[in-house]
Amino acid sequence: MKYKDEVKELGKERLLTFYRKMVEIRSFEERIRFLFLEGKMPGTIHQYIGMEACAVGVCSALEKDDVIASTHRPHGHAIARGLSFNELMAELYGKTTGCCKGKGGSMHLGNLEKGMLPAIAIVGGNLPIVVGMGLSFKLRKQKRVAVSFFGDGASNEGSFHESLNMAAVYNVPSVFVCENNLYGASTNIGKMLKIKNIADRAQSYGIEGMIADGMDVIDVYFNAKKVIDKARKGGGPTLLELKTFRFCGHSRRDPCNYIPKEEKEFWAKKDPIGSFKKTLLKENIVDVSDFEKIDIQIEKELDEAILFAQESPDPRPEDTFEDLYVSMEVPR
Amino acid sequence: MILSIAEALRKAINEEMERDVDVFHIGEDIGIEGGFGGAFTVTLGLEKNFRDRIIDTPISEIAIFGAACGAAVMGMRPIADVQYGDFLFCAMDQIVNQIAKLRYMSGGKLKVPIVMRAPVGVTGRGSQHAQNMEPYFINCPGIKIVAPSTAYDAYGLLKTAVRDDDPVLMFEHKLLYGSKGMRKEEGAIDASSDIPDEDYTIPIGKAVTRKEGKDATIVSHLLMVYHSLLAAKALEKEGISCEVIDLRSLWPLDIEHIVDSVKKTGRLIIVEESPKQGGIGAEISAQISEIIPDYLLCPIIRIAAPNTPAPFSPVMEKFYIPQPERIKREVKRVIEEY
Repeated sequence: MKYKDEVKELGKERLLTFYRKMVEIRSFEERIRFLFLEGKMPGTIHQYIGMEACAVGVCSALEKDDVIASTHRPHGHAIARGLSFNELMAELYGKTTGCCKGKGGSMHLGNLEKGMLPAIAIVGGNLPIVVGMGLSFKLRKQKRVAVSFFGDGASNEGSFHESLNMAAVYNVPSVFVCENNLYGASTNIGKMLKIKNIADRAQSYGIEGMIADGMDVIDVYFNAKKVIDKARKGGGPTLLELKTFRFCGHSRRDPCNYIPKEEKEFWAKKDPIGSFKKTLLKENIVDVSDFEKIDIQIEKELDEAILFAQESPDPRPEDTFEDLYVSMEVPR
Repeated sequence: MILSIAEALRKAINEEMERDVDVFHIGEDIGIEGGFGGAFTVTLGLEKNFRDRIIDTPISEIAIFGAACGAAVMGMRPIADVQYGDFLFCAMDQIVNQIAKLRYMSGGKLKVPIVMRAPVGVTGRGSQHAQNMEPYFINCPGIKIVAPSTAYDAYGLLKTAVRDDDPVLMFEHKLLYGSKGMRKEEGAIDASSDIPDEDYTIPIGKAVTRKEGKDATIVSHLLMVYHSLLAAKALEKEGISCEVIDLRSLWPLDIEHIVDSVKKTGRLIIVEESPKQGGIGAEISAQISEIIPDYLLCPIIRIAAPNTPAPFSPVMEKFYIPQPERIKREVKRVIEEY
């Protein structure tokens, strides 16, 4: 842990909030994985296990009015941004009480009132939108920041190039957070990229590129805070690369046979929750019972959310026709 | 005041930007001093009035439409411009996956009030600056589509589109703009109108009858309205009376308007500048045969471009575009045969 003094400076309450948020994500993902494998939950899922420090570190550095945009793997971002278990779980079940009334599902979780655009499940698709959000803040002279989360694979999309260049040219308060988990579905990014750091691409747009340890919530938080505050003050966009890893498959029942055992073991030692716990205990900031209290409470909240989702009403089939246009009925 | 379509659009954009500070225009070459005012002069000079809100972009269509989308969901009202409609395809993910679907995916919680402006028309430029790609977007729920053929409609529909809370795609025809100076188009048609001083709007989803008639209904939009009117005029001399409908909106379609006309004439001819395959004619034809099969005296006729890209050679290009003579011939044929 590189930030010994800063950790103490954050204070116990803040640090335990980081812990709570990361465990919320981990426990949520583990519970729905079980429900999905049991066949109780419809659709497909892309999980965030292992990457919790990224979402929590970045979202903890945001103000209430800021906005994030996510990807096909959005559960962690949604929880970190403050969407409730109930609205998320119900959405995964396709219920009317979900954050998108059952029209979005796992890949489109979001609630703009809480600062999260419905997730954009096309790789690289959210980057230009985040440029536009930043542009609107600039035109309206609002002190707000827009953050794009995307993966290593998205950095090879044309939209990445267009967006970073446009954001740089307009100097908008948009921050581009690349969660480099090393794999785009089953493909190692090393096979698809000749450079080592995606952050290095920033210099070709004339903006700052930074790298943080995506397995360390404190490192993510301080780096994110720096670039988000800079954007808010008119300092323009930054490309922030978080070196991370997913401890789960790309989607559904993927056993990750394409990842060498040694690589999995190497990253398992960096578990963002386990290592954070160790640090807090070592520094005598908290004791084990603090963690336990939080863990128990989260499990209880998840029980309630699952029950809420399962008991919530299904939409009517004909609700398909609702919610497309503001000022016209869908022609039939 | 008599204005061309380019001038009427410019006036409407200027007034909407004055009225609402959340309206901005974003696109390539739209506000460069000494430049073109967009490919067809629509925004010429507006940068003097709105330095921050006429936004010139890099040549980045994904980012143009994505940025417009992002600003729109945050409550602004962007107008996004492509120089040629053909470039919409560079931004298809943003238009089809994001702009058209975001509100739906959000369960109706978001609004995406964007106007997208795209010039179309087969006009001496070969295959990639000359498509009529309207049908691609008719298959995309979530977007409203308008296509004004007169300056009067262009002004009113632009205003409606800017004030509408849904995404609106406006197709404009290169030969109808009335662009002047170095951006003048070869073979242009006068589509200018007397524009009243006071503000007005034209509702989306309403067609208009350009000529009344009793023997056949010809439905078309943009340039094909003019070709249809020329055909109808020639047929009139031969004792055949055609009703000519200008769709103005391509989605939603004003199908009731067409139904009323076909009930009267019993014959329907749809003319479009796009390839015939999967075209507007196919959609209208299917709807009419579903709604009023008993009123049809003859098969519905689709007059369209060949199922090929637009060719360059003027000889082939003339053949490619449905000409008044061809429309006349087809109408005459169905009346004589049935």
